[in-house]
Amino acid sequence: MHEVSITQEVVAAIAERLGDKRVTVVRLEIGKLSGVVADAVRFCFDLVAEGTTVAGARLEIAEPPGRVLCRDCATEYEADSLIVLCPACGSAHAEVLSGNELRIRSVEVSVPCAAPAAAPRTR
Amino acid sequence: MCGTCGCSANSVTIPLEQRVLARNDDLAHRNREWLAQRDVLAVNLMSSPGSGKTTLLERTIRDLGGDPVVSVVEGDQETSFDAERIRATGCRAVQVNTGAGCHLDAGVVAAALDDLAPPAHSVVFVENVGNLVCPALFDLGERHRVVVASVTEGENKPLKYPHMFAAADVVVLNKTDLLPHLDFDVDAFAGHLDRVNPRAALIRLSATGGTGFEVWTDLVRGWVP
Repeated sequence: MHEVSITQEVVAAIAERLGDKRVTVVRLEIGKLSGVVADAVRFCFDLVAEGTTVAGARLEIAEPPGRVLCRDCATEYEADSLIVLCPACGSAHAEVLSGNELRIRSVEVSVPCAAPAAAPRTR
Repeated sequence: MCGTCGCSANSVTIPLEQRVLARNDDLAHRNREWLAQRDVLAVNLMSSPGSGKTTLLERTIRDLGGDPVVSVVEGDQETSFDAERIRATGCRAVQVNTGAGCHLDAGVVAAALDDLAPPAHSVVFVENVGNLVCPALFDLGERHRVVVASVTEGENKPLKYPHMFAAADVVVLNKTDLLPHLDFDVDAFAGHLDRVNPRAALIRLSATGGTGFEVWTDLVRGWVP
């Protein structure tokens, strides 16, 4: 299950970019044709994040569908796997255009409030 | 909500826009440069367990007869059986044990290449962990990706593991000497492969019997810088 390694890479990359900032949300993009199962990443995320600055963060995964181009009739269509048949001509030959994404889009971090702790609350 | 003043501005979004495998890909890029500087060809051999990768390598080393020189990085979860088999042919081999890991990555291959110190104009074969899923995602810095399948496995393997077969530039169909005893349809296999990867070259051979093997060794000789 390479999703554990993938998730470890995510956590390591975030730590490298953000140092000891506390991360509250992690946003990933895992395309349907990337070869990585988003559910498996969700499954191991908490375990991998434990003891790091990402521990307890909410994981949001966008899963863009695959877009492929028929090599025979040039029809562009959507595909959720690499085994495809062109809806126009029935050809199985297709070029992947997108859906291979495997990216860390953004994270949310908590920042201390700029207001001094002793400041009186305004109502 | 902020614990100090009750404001809601206590969380900020930081765009990262970073490839998840950026670290591995950077290391793979470094391996590729390291190999190019030394005029060394690296080939990543991938397959399911038991398709005959090690037997293929043993015969490749024998048939090439030292021209070019071959060295091998052996990846397995445990044991050094395969590296011992390769060393018995007289060539250098480094065993990498991944433990629970299901694939080799560019970092472990970099360390193995340092150990091997392959000479100029030689070939390094990286025998990946037997697995048709995970190794497909991890660039090692190789120049060619070869997937080995065997006729004892069933002709629908390319459809069942499309990511792996789509990542190959050569597919070797091994154990063809067993075809008379099996129900394996070679043309159907070729058709399935064509469906997921029409660019891959298909080589049919028997690593034990030797049939078709010179096509493979000629290809490897032609690759050497």
